Amino acid sequence: MEKLLEVKDLHVAFPSKRETVRAVDGVSFEVYQGETFGLVGESGCGKSQTLRSILGLLKQPGRITGGQILYRGADIAQMNDRALQKIRGKEISMIFQEPMTSLNPVLRISTQMYEAFEDEKLSKEAKRQRALELLRLVGIPSPETRLDEYPHQFSGGMRQRAMIAIALGARPKLLLADEPTTALDVTIQDQIMNLLDQLKRELGMSIILVTHDLGVIAQMCDRVAVMYAGQVVEMTDTVTLFSRPRHPYTYGLMGSLPSEDSAGATLEAIQGSPPNLAHLPEGCPFAPRCRFACEVCHKERPNLLEVAPGHLARCHRPDVTEDFQGLIQFPDGAVREEDPSHA
Amino acid sequence: MKRYHGVSPLEQKRVMPTWLVRPSFVVGVAIVILMVVLSLFPQLIAPYDPIATDVTVSNQAPSAEHWFGTDFYGRDIFSRVVWGTRIDLLIGVLGVVIPFLVGGMIGLLAGYYGGVLDSLLMRITDIMMAFPFTILVITIMAILGQGLINLFIALWLVGWMSYAKLVRSEVLVLKDAEFIQAARVAGFSDARILFRHLLPNVISSAVVFAASDVVMCMLTGASMSFLGLGVSPPTPEWGAILNEGRTFITFAWWETLFPGLFLAVSGVGFSLLGDGLTDFLRTKGR
Repeated sequence: MEKLLEVKDLHVAFPSKRETVRAVDGVSFEVYQGETFGLVGESGCGKSQTLRSILGLLKQPGRITGGQILYRGADIAQMNDRALQKIRGKEISMIFQEPMTSLNPVLRISTQMYEAFEDEKLSKEAKRQRALELLRLVGIPSPETRLDEYPHQFSGGMRQRAMIAIALGARPKLLLADEPTTALDVTIQDQIMNLLDQLKRELGMSIILVTHDLGVIAQMCDRVAVMYAGQVVEMTDTVTLFSRPRHPYTYGLMGSLPSEDSAGATLEAIQGSPPNLAHLPEGCPFAPRCRFACEVCHKERPNLLEVAPGHLARCHRPDVTEDFQGLIQFPDGAVREEDPSHA
Repeated sequence: MKRYHGVSPLEQKRVMPTWLVRPSFVVGVAIVILMVVLSLFPQLIAPYDPIATDVTVSNQAPSAEHWFGTDFYGRDIFSRVVWGTRIDLLIGVLGVVIPFLVGGMIGLLAGYYGGVLDSLLMRITDIMMAFPFTILVITIMAILGQGLINLFIALWLVGWMSYAKLVRSEVLVLKDAEFIQAARVAGFSDARILFRHLLPNVISSAVVFAASDVVMCMLTGASMSFLGLGVSPPTPEWGAILNEGRTFITFAWWETLFPGLFLAVSGVGFSLLGDGLTDFLRTKGR
C-alpha cells in the first residue's frame, strides 16, 4: 500500500522566557493510503500538537524545531504559507473538536461549503448540486432547506456533520480528526464515527484520529500510536495493542477502562500525573508512575524498539506485562477479522 | 420566512420584527430619519434664507413669522437651525466614517498578525489615547486653523483609536476560534480569512460604538464652533449659533435654547439608535 504521510523524528517546542516546553519530542510514524491511524494519550501528551504541526497550525510561540513531515515525499515542515495553502484543504483537511465553534456564525452553510471547492470554477448550479451531494453523504436530512441555513440553526451533531462535509469538499486524501466527537453525546459520537469510517471506505481516504478514548480507537483504527510526554511509547496494529500491550502505560490505560467484569468495582487509575514537559525526569518519563519501574528505568531513557514484528515499544522491560491477555473486550462490531497487511 | 418552519401562517403574524419591539430604538430611528430629512431638504422646510440679515427684526422673540425668533443680525433662528442640521450631521457622520474604517483596519491587522506590528500599532494608539480628546482636537485645530476641512482632519486624527482597540480585542478572542482555523485548514489566503471570515464577526461592537461616537463628534464639532475654532461665520451650525446668541442670553433666550435643544435631541436620537443596535446585534446570529 502507498505511503501517504511520513512523520520523521518530529520535534515541536514552545519556548518561553523561563523554560522551553518540548511538546513533541521525536515522534515518527507513517500513514498509508486508506487506513485510519490513531494517536492516543492523555491530555498534554502532544497528540494534538503533532496533528497541528502537520498542517502548520501550531499556536504561538510553538514551532517545529526538528524532523520532517513528508507528504508524498515533499517536506511540509519546510514549506512556507503559500505552499501550504496548496496542500491545506485540497490534499489534507482537518475537522475539529468543537462543532459549536467550528463553523463561521455569520455565513450560511452554503457559503461555507462553496468556498471549499471554489478553485474548481464550477457554475452556481453545479456548486449547489455538489454541496447537496456532500450534505447527503454525511447524512443531513432535507439538505435542500438546510443548505441555506445558518450554523446556529443546526444542532451539535448536525454541525459536526456539516463540518465534515466542508472538510471533504475538496476531496482530500488525508483527513486529520482532532477529537471529533469529544463534545458530542455518546449516541451522536457513535454515528459520527461510523460516518467517518464509511466515508473513509467510500472515498479511499486516510484518517489520522486523535483521541483519548480507547473505545473509539478500538472501533475505528487500523494502527495506533500511544503517546506519553511528547513521545510515542508504543505503536502497533489495533488488535495487537488491545490483546498484548507491551508498555506499562498502555497496560495502565487498558486497566482503567470500565468493562462488564469490573461493573460496580472501583476503576483502577494510573497513579500520579503526567510530568512537566519542561523538566522531564532523567530516566523514562513514565517511570515515576510505573508500577513495574526498576533501577534502570529511573536512570536511562528507553529507546523505541521493535519488541515483536511490527510492534514498537519504548520500555526497558517490555515483557513484564506478559500475563495481561485479552482482558479488554472490543466494542460490538469493532473486532477486525484480518490483520492489516502492512503490519 | 424559513426561520418559522412548522409554524402556521396564523401564528406567524404575531411574530414582530425584533427591532419594532423596542420603543426607544424606534424613537432613536425616528429622530435620526428626521435629521436626515432636514439636512437633505432644508430649503423646503426653512422659511427664510439662513444667512440673509435684516436689521429691522434684530433680536425678535419667537412669533408667527419667526417661530424660533431672530438673532442680532435679524436672521431667522428656525431657518438657521434647520440648515445647521446638514453641517452638524455631516460632522457627526463624516467624523466617524474615516476613523471607523482606518481604526477598524488597524485593529484587524494588529490583532490578527500580533507580534511587532501589534506592539507598534498599539503603542501609537496608547500614546494617542493618553491625551484628553477635546484638548487634542483644540490643539490640532489651533495648529491647522479654523475651517470645516480642518475640523474633519482633527476629528479623523483623534477618533480612530477606540475602533482599533475594540476591533483588536474582538479579533484576539476570535482569531484562534476553530472556524478561523478551519478556514486556514481549507487553504484560504490571509486576506480572505481577515475580510470574509473574521471581519463580519468582529465588526458589530464597532458599529454600535460608531452610533454613539456620532454624538461625540457632533458635540465636539459644535464645541469647536462655539469656541470659534470650527466652521466660520456666517455658516449656520448649531455650535456657532449658540456662540453668537451667548452675548444676548440674558434677554434673548431663544437664540441659545433652540440650537441647544436640537443638539441635545439629536444626541439622544443617536444614543438610542446605538442602544437598540446593541440589542439587535447581540440577539441576532448568536
